[in-house]
Amino acid sequence: MMWLLAQAGHPVAMHEATLAHYLFVAAAMFVIGVIGFLTRRNLIVMFLCTELMFLAAGIAAIAFGRFWLDYTGQSLVIFVVTVAAAEAAMALALVVLLFRKRETLSAEAWQELKG
Amino acid sequence: MTMLADMLSAMTSPAAGGQVSHGAGLMMLVPVLTLLGVALCTLCAIFRVKSKLPAWISVGCLAGSFVAVAATYAGFDGGVKIAHAFEWITFHWSDAPVSGGKASFVANFSFYIDNLTLLWMLFVTGLATLIALYASEYMSHDVGTGYCRFFVAFCLFVFSMACLVMGDNLLLLYLGWEGVGLCSYLLIGYFYKKPSAVAAAKKAFIMNRIGDLGLALGIMLTFVHFGSIEYTVIFEKAKPYLAAMSEGRYGDIPTMVKVIPLLLMVGAFGKSAQLPLYVWLPDAMEGPTPVSALIHAATMVTAGVYLIARTYPLFLLSEWALPIVAWVGTLTAFLAATIGMAQFDIKRIMAYSTVSQLGYMFAGLGVLASTGAAFHVFTHAFFKAMLFLSCGAVMHGFAGQLDLRKLSGVAFMKGWGIVGIAMFVGCLNLAGFPFTAGYFSKDMILAEAFTTPGMAGIGWVLLLTAGLTAYYTFRVFFRVFVGPKHFEPGDEVHAHDDHGHGDGHGHAGDHGGHGHADGHGNGHGHGSHEFHPHAPGWAINTVLAILTVATIAAAGAYFLKPADGGHGGWVGGMVHSSSAAYESPFVHHEAADGHAKGHAAALPSAYRTGEAGHGGTFLGWDPHKVMYYVSAVVGALGILVAFVLHYAGRTSAATSRADALLTKVGGVARLAQRKWLVDELYDALIRKPLWVLSNVFHLIDKLVVDGLVDLAGFIPRAVGGSIRPAQSGVLHGYALGMAGGLALFLVIVLLVTFA
Repeated sequence: MMWLLAQAGHPVAMHEATLAHYLFVAAAMFVIGVIGFLTRRNLIVMFLCTELMFLAAGIAAIAFGRFWLDYTGQSLVIFVVTVAAAEAAMALALVVLLFRKRETLSAEAWQELKG
Repeated sequence: MTMLADMLSAMTSPAAGGQVSHGAGLMMLVPVLTLLGVALCTLCAIFRVKSKLPAWISVGCLAGSFVAVAATYAGFDGGVKIAHAFEWITFHWSDAPVSGGKASFVANFSFYIDNLTLLWMLFVTGLATLIALYASEYMSHDVGTGYCRFFVAFCLFVFSMACLVMGDNLLLLYLGWEGVGLCSYLLIGYFYKKPSAVAAAKKAFIMNRIGDLGLALGIMLTFVHFGSIEYTVIFEKAKPYLAAMSEGRYGDIPTMVKVIPLLLMVGAFGKSAQLPLYVWLPDAMEGPTPVSALIHAATMVTAGVYLIARTYPLFLLSEWALPIVAWVGTLTAFLAATIGMAQFDIKRIMAYSTVSQLGYMFAGLGVLASTGAAFHVFTHAFFKAMLFLSCGAVMHGFAGQLDLRKLSGVAFMKGWGIVGIAMFVGCLNLAGFPFTAGYFSKDMILAEAFTTPGMAGIGWVLLLTAGLTAYYTFRVFFRVFVGPKHFEPGDEVHAHDDHGHGDGHGHAGDHGGHGHADGHGNGHGHGSHEFHPHAPGWAINTVLAILTVATIAAAGAYFLKPADGGHGGWVGGMVHSSSAAYESPFVHHEAADGHAKGHAAALPSAYRTGEAGHGGTFLGWDPHKVMYYVSAVVGALGILVAFVLHYAGRTSAATSRADALLTKVGGVARLAQRKWLVDELYDALIRKPLWVLSNVFHLIDKLVVDGLVDLAGFIPRAVGGSIRPAQSGVLHGYALGMAGGLALFLVIVLLVTFA
């Protein structure tokens, strides 16, 4: 942890947030998302974890955009968020339907498609 | 419409007396009327007519055809007339000459009308009319079911036969040839729910295809060599060869020409049930009896005889063709007669008798007695049709009973008189009893066999066969039609047993016990379970009566003076002025004098083993003079033997004096009864090896070919199988895989970047 803070640049006083800080947050959010996706069985929670990973990628993109003074990152993220919103609506509807079929939210209830 | 216009113009144009001229358009009515019959009967079938209407349509159309033929004959001046209907197949591909002709292929729908054609068409249409009338009653059980189907095939058969006999080219003959084969197949398999009938139909069809292959090749070779398949052209081009033949210069005739008759005769052997292709005809008796009478006795099976008679000039060109025809016919006649002697099914006996008599006709053609052969075709058509129709009446009346051990004294039962008389006259004809038609026609062949040099062996075998024929014929007559009255009905149960004859019918069913005809011959159905035979009705009786008179009258044809003043009676006159005459008009010399063949110059040299200019003799006498007496004695002997063995002292239907004899020669008799195991022989020689071969091929296909294909299919399946477990269906497994892959990718990137 300390190593990571040292990488951020200013060990003593944190006057301003640097690119490294943003990337650190983004990486942390992404890893949390991955771990959550791998460990939880609840379909809704797993879905929230994917959203977390999305947004982590978005933060990284905005940070880089700001760093290079380029707006491409921001505009990309606007698209990502839009798509994510639409996809969330779809995914939640699917989850509801899946729940109705099996009366459970566990992902392990769905294992039919296998070789 | 063109056809009708042609027909009308042909009818109105004055008859020209030349060698080949146009005319005889009236004959066009035969195919038109028969096709009309087919169409109308088909309509009856479509509208599910539940009456005897199709029978009356057929009788009307066929009678019209007969009248057309008779009218043509009445106004016929001899020679050859071509009646052109329409262009059928015409190809021209170049003007370059092929074998002296232009490179074109022409097969018109035209009819070649000469006396031979008229002779055939007269008895074909006449008998077809009578037998259609007979069938109207005989098939009455099937009114509303197969009745229309029967008459459609019946009319189609006569149409095909007309094409076969009247066609002016070999292709039209072939069309008719296949057409009659098809109708034969359809009608043998008429009772298609009966496995044996279906098997018999298939057997007939396949056997005929073997023969037809020969015919097709023969026609092709004719075209290749002569550049045409029209009779007029072929006969014209064959003239130089015939001249060479008559001078004995066989070396001048190309081998290809000599092969043509050998191929054509294979077709004739198939259609006319000769060795080795005869086995289908006895099985063809599975069809309804009118079919057996018309197709498998009187008309279709004589198509082979017609083919050879029509293309006789070609057969004369090969020194081997006619002797082969003669010996095949003779051996068939003898073999079939021996089998017929041992059978118990009266229809089968008649079938073998047909094979045997066809053998006579072929032998007649082979020994240059084309007149005798044609005469025998003519007389045989009448008396054999009559015999079959009589047997059919018995079968119809006794619920399908055909076993001669289970019927006796039928002629004396009430209502069976006409059948008995018809059968008697028919048997006398078949046995060659003096002064019957069959006697004169058979006699002509026998005499010619002894006259033709080098053919005496054939004469002796045929003479012996004549005796056997008389025996087996009268064996049937003495067993079934005379003697103590007795019958056991067959096992044909008709669900609806009223077909309007007024006779009583019980149910022939389950216990079908013995019955004695006296007492309840004609009683009306009184609900008892006893079987009552029903005597034939008016249609069957009328037809049998007409045929009886016609058969007796046919003998008169022998005494009619032929138009050309030659020998052979009326039929002789008809044959001499056609292509079947071996003397004229193709080889010019004086008309035959009816005695020993003095015109040796016209004889194919194959027959010239004796002294040139002299015919053979019968034990030193002139065959033409003594054969009357000899064959009469032989026939009478056969009848006498049958009388002693099967009539004298017989008290029941099942036993006779022959039984004692049978115990002594039982082995031979049983072998003959099993048809000399010919079917089994074919089975072992042809069917079984083919079966084994096909199984070998099947195995090769299964192991080698399928193995290779399966191997190609196995590889992707094996690859897929090895990685299939990765697809576990567990969502977290996939997620872990993705995360692991991502991690691995990161590690690689880091290593590459920082190492």
